[in-house]
Amino acid sequence: MKNIINCLVENEPGVLARIVGLISGRGYNIETLNVGPTLDRQVSKMTIVVLGDEKIIEQVIHQVSKQVNVIEVVNMTKKRHLNREMILVRVASKDHAARIEIVDLANLFDASVIAVQEDSVTLQMVGDQEHIADFLRLFTPYHIIDISRSGVIAVGREDVNGNG
Amino acid sequence: MKKEIKNKKFSDGEIAERSGAQCVVDGLVKAGCDVLFGYPGGAVLDIFNCLYDAPFHFVLPRHEQGAVHMADGYARATGKVGCCLVTSGPGATNTITGLATAYMDGIPLVCISGQVPLSMIGNDAFQEADVVGITRPVTKHNFLVRNVDDLPDIIAQAFYIASTGKPGPVVIDIPKDIQRQTTTCIEPDTVEMRAYKPHVDFNPAEIEQLAALINGSHAPVLYVGGGAIAGDAAGEITELARKADIPVVTTLMGLGAFPEDDPLALKMLGMHGSAAANYAVDRCDLLISAGARFDDRVTGKISEFAKRAAIVHIDIDRSSVGKSVRCDLGVVGYIKPVLQALLPLVKQTKHSEWVEQTTRWKERHPFSYPDKGEVIMPQYVVEQICAVSNGKATVVTDVGQHQMWAAQHYTYTRPRSFISSGGLGTMGFGLPAAIGAKFGCPDDPVVCVTGDGGVQMNFQELVVPVEHKLPLVIAIFNNGYLGMVRQWQEIFYSTRYSGVALGQEGRLRMQRIEEASGYLPDFIKLADAHGAVARRIFNKSEVTPALQEAFESGKTCVLEFIVDPEANVFPMIPPGHDVSSMMLRSV
Ligand SMILES: Cc1ncc(C[n+]2csc(CCOP(=O)(O)OP(=O)(O)O)c2C)c(N)n1
Repeated sequence: MKNIINCLVENEPGVLARIVGLISGRGYNIETLNVGPTLDRQVSKMTIVVLGDEKIIEQVIHQVSKQVNVIEVVNMTKKRHLNREMILVRVASKDHAARIEIVDLANLFDASVIAVQEDSVTLQMVGDQEHIADFLRLFTPYHIIDISRSGVIAVGREDVNGNG
Repeated sequence: MKKEIKNKKFSDGEIAERSGAQCVVDGLVKAGCDVLFGYPGGAVLDIFNCLYDAPFHFVLPRHEQGAVHMADGYARATGKVGCCLVTSGPGATNTITGLATAYMDGIPLVCISGQVPLSMIGNDAFQEADVVGITRPVTKHNFLVRNVDDLPDIIAQAFYIASTGKPGPVVIDIPKDIQRQTTTCIEPDTVEMRAYKPHVDFNPAEIEQLAALINGSHAPVLYVGGGAIAGDAAGEITELARKADIPVVTTLMGLGAFPEDDPLALKMLGMHGSAAANYAVDRCDLLISAGARFDDRVTGKISEFAKRAAIVHIDIDRSSVGKSVRCDLGVVGYIKPVLQALLPLVKQTKHSEWVEQTTRWKERHPFSYPDKGEVIMPQYVVEQICAVSNGKATVVTDVGQHQMWAAQHYTYTRPRSFISSGGLGTMGFGLPAAIGAKFGCPDDPVVCVTGDGGVQMNFQELVVPVEHKLPLVIAIFNNGYLGMVRQWQEIFYSTRYSGVALGQEGRLRMQRIEEASGYLPDFIKLADAHGAVARRIFNKSEVTPALQEAFESGKTCVLEFIVDPEANVFPMIPPGHDVSSMMLRSV
């Protein structure tokens, strides 16, 4: 199962390495990872998506919580929350007709066109995990030249993970 | 990005500017360091310069691994934080095994390493290594000091982190230029950290549940690990066991947390534990684990472990609770206050039938070994060490068969009297750790029980106790083999001995050599060259007098016991099996 874990950590060099090393050193794969500042300059928020059954995730959370620079760890998957990921996709478009088709499909997903070249269209799409999976599935028949994903970020609907 | 340290204290002008190097020494003094194990080098010259005037004892080991094991032995024997100091690059990389050993057993250490100047980090400078990177997985925490003003705080924090919560080793990596810069910041009086909050309030409702479980149990067992010793809870364990009449089994790390001369003591459990301890865990209806972490060497086959029992975990480390074994009730907190809260709720009672049963197992299956006349049985040597020292010695072991015999055949009655690398199983630990223990507890007799294999891994440290005129008995159990591995090859690999024979050219399998010339290395000459008193013992009747003489000599004595080469450690539960597969003796 996919789990979205939010960690508030002290903004210090080495913290990211410690947490990533801890998870990967145990053989668990990090699917996406996002780190950003919070309203408090000394605190960063990490969002880690890991695959694993409940027992594994529970261990990961305990181990991460134990780290000296970690303030709070929350398994967002267990809470009411909203999650989003942004993807940028460059799709090949050999002619005008192909371009129209791609843009039409993109519109259905509320994706926007952020660049157009002679032979490609670059799209930006924001959505939750399900949305993004659908989007990518429908675009597989086209030739995707490049794709970049931001990693998931999540916010609780109730009062979890404060500190901005 | 420069981080502000909130509670940083600047001196009010009364204290002159100090160098970073002086802050290190002052920080150690303030933290209560009384012995520092250190090895010099280019990146720590400034600190060594300040050590010249330091008020604490300085000890020079002969290898940085020895430094860390000595600090570790010191910490295990005293309960205080062990301190060591090494130079950058190779000095720091030589500490890794020592740090990992301490990390696995939760031993509080502060290890300070020099680093190349800040501006040169990342340039592959001479003797540069990414020490925070390399030590990260084997430390509780580590610091790279980037600003000399942070140094007094970081040192205080390192001691705080090392010694609180589940203890562990902490590394402080200090670039050379930071050691030379000056600061007016001074040591903080208290440490307050934003994210690290080791204090845990246990949940009183859980204590009540636990008391109810104990009061309702007919066949309870207390399963005690190293956490009970680290948490200074041996007294409470003993009180609980006696009040509620609960038989006690201990892990290797928990030996001494409960007096083994008590009728309720069933001694060690697990792979090489006593039959009584393993039967009791198998049959009990309530298993209360206190500061033990359900290591696979203890549990064997997880699904069969204590399968009839409700299992309670008491641990300071939340991540240990329910990690590998089913947990019916978890209590997260420091063991001592947890047990103190529990004790008044527990009824004074007798479990006569159950205790009689465990006593019968004990009587029927004591740790035993064959008698081979004048051939020295290693188990006999351990028994005699116990007898000659009146059970008052601190026993520090290396890793292998001798370690298990030391655990089985000595009667441990006080915490911190058995010191061993349990989690990592580090050969080469014994001798330096024994030296560190002796520095920590100079008034206690200390004996190192080691193998002919493991002792060679840090033999160079023998000069240290000789130099410092420390009375120390080093008992080398020479069986001519890497015995524990040989035993596994005998039992699980059809006696195909591969890479386990030690220095025995021309010797037949399992043959004891009766004259001195057959030994490689010649431990007597080797010990002699290091300045220690040394004696080789061939016959059983010489064992006791040799030990008496060594304990009374007041010197560093090496006793080489030529023991039965084919002795095996029993009982033995093969890895991944349960108690029904326990081998009680050689088949
Ligand atoms: C550093 C290290 N290398 C290898 C091992 C694997 N190992 C465990 S016990 C053992 C044999 C130890 O032999 P010896 O020191 O002679 O003691 P004995 O078992 O004969 O009592 C070995 C090689 C280890 N525990 N540590």
